[in-house]
Amino acid sequence: MDFINFYFLPGIVLGSIYALGAIGVSLVFGILRFANFSHGELMLIGAYITYSLLHFTGLHPLAVLPIAMIFTGVVALGIDHVFYRPFRTSKATIVIVASFGVALMARSAVQIIWGVDPVSYSPGQIQKPIVLFDSLRIFSKHIWIVSCAIVLMLTIHVILTYTKTGKAMRAMSDSTELARLTGIETEKIVRATWLLGAALAASAGVFLAWDTHLHTMMGFYMLLPMFAAAILGGIGQPYGAMVGGLVIGLAEELSSYPWIGGEPLLPPAYKGGVAFAVMVMMLIWRPSGLFRGRVF
Amino acid sequence: MDSSQAYGYFLYFVSLMTMGGIYAIMSLGLNIQWGFTGLFNVGIAGFFAIGAYVAALLTTAESAYHLGGFGLPVAVGLIAAMAVTGVISWLVGLLCIRLRSDYLAIATIGIGEIFRLILKNEIWATNGARGISKIPLPFETLAEPWNKICFMLLVLGIVTLLYFMIERARLAPWGRLMTAIRENEHSARAAGKNVERFRIEAFIFGSVLMGLAGGLTAHYMKFIGPGATEPLTTTFLVWVMLIAGGSGNNRGAILGAFLMWAIWSFSEVLTGRLPPELAIKAAYFRIFLIGLLLQVVLQRYAGGILPERRLASVIPDHGTSK
Repeated sequence: MDFINFYFLPGIVLGSIYALGAIGVSLVFGILRFANFSHGELMLIGAYITYSLLHFTGLHPLAVLPIAMIFTGVVALGIDHVFYRPFRTSKATIVIVASFGVALMARSAVQIIWGVDPVSYSPGQIQKPIVLFDSLRIFSKHIWIVSCAIVLMLTIHVILTYTKTGKAMRAMSDSTELARLTGIETEKIVRATWLLGAALAASAGVFLAWDTHLHTMMGFYMLLPMFAAAILGGIGQPYGAMVGGLVIGLAEELSSYPWIGGEPLLPPAYKGGVAFAVMVMMLIWRPSGLFRGRVF
Repeated sequence: MDSSQAYGYFLYFVSLMTMGGIYAIMSLGLNIQWGFTGLFNVGIAGFFAIGAYVAALLTTAESAYHLGGFGLPVAVGLIAAMAVTGVISWLVGLLCIRLRSDYLAIATIGIGEIFRLILKNEIWATNGARGISKIPLPFETLAEPWNKICFMLLVLGIVTLLYFMIERARLAPWGRLMTAIRENEHSARAAGKNVERFRIEAFIFGSVLMGLAGGLTAHYMKFIGPGATEPLTTTFLVWVMLIAGGSGNNRGAILGAFLMWAIWSFSEVLTGRLPPELAIKAAYFRIFLIGLLLQVVLQRYAGGILPERRLASVIPDHGTSK
């Protein structure tokens, strides 16, 4: 039972959070064709906005989440307009350098506004888990996080499959030129991509901060698992990113389970390396990812 | 201005030139990787840290807090730092060099992270977060200004030597091949070149210089800890130095390093005079401004201060149009 309570369930929660972030990474990578190094900072902005909203309103994190998502979306549109738009026709590598700079600017802006000390959404409160079947222990916030993540992913599925914008996004991910030739306004689709990706990133950031606590390096630490999830699922494949996120989250948590003997298989301090190992193996073995994404 | 004040300014100038020189070595290393060959390395801090720790462990006196303390001469430590960084970057290169630039960037971030985790957690070898202290400084026995001046001259000598070496390599067929790989990997391959091997060579060459810079910093600071390898101050500054100075141009890489280090250091002095609570915020504001500077250079002056000058280039203004 320890396995489920302390390794499997946290893995699912972490995996859902990674999945939400990875969808945005994958969409931006597929449609704008560059690895966005500032995606973690969008999470950070969303999480800190929520912190301030909670501070002023005293509401539940989930109640203010939509506002934080919209706000982060607008921030992402602004960043795109100022910092990424001038490079639409340049080599992708220049945009990556730019996104690297944006990540640092965004993080230092958060550090200037909110300070660098770790904060919590509910300081001092210790939640008791719900006990089911005598031994299964689940935190109510974990149920909320996973169910909200599922709802958000279903929403993405509906948008991508049934709306005109979603279809255009998939078309553009296949080929920007062909999409433009068929009369798709590519700039509009780019804006929709940023809104969606940033809103999901904000929700991932809020869930992570709600689950643990909030600190300014959070976005940077999330970057690697999110990219690993996006690559595992296949770049430009949002469904792949969802699966990839779950796999990476589970792999990180399960890596410290005592599989052989009484010692953790991998010391918990090295959890962060798991995502990297999975990613490198995937890039060597099958760069297109599990879901046959694009290879650039 | 009395003489003690002038002496203080002089010491500040010496430290500025020393650290600027160390950053110039890293900037040259990144220039080989990114400027010449187009390899996207965001793990500079990781290679820097390896070099720093190897040099520190080999040259300190025996200690109960960390591995070794072999008390070897500084020169041996620096050569070992370069050798170990070279071997590790060779292994990294074998794994990751075939990846396209975006993926290589992500992979190098991961490698830097793993190095950081190892240095922080393997306390038996690295003394964990408390780091390694009492690292010997070369010329330590000399009187106060002269030891620092000699170390500065050593660093500047290394920069000069490296400049001539790398400039020679750039003008040689090796350098032209690197540009060919950067500009069009497929045509380089079609011309019968072993692209993977040359990319690994450039990656190792650049990383070795980052390791050397790490070793020199460890000696100069006399202390190295995981905090010294914070990805931000090393990796990002080196990137801004190279881009601002002129990617692909060795003189630009050196100029960018000294210039950006001077700006970085002056602004630290200025913000240090603010009241404490403002000073902390101002430190982050500095990073914000450096980020903004990078964006301005990228958008307005893509070639940097000294744009790349290619041999027999058919497009004369290539450096600015890239």
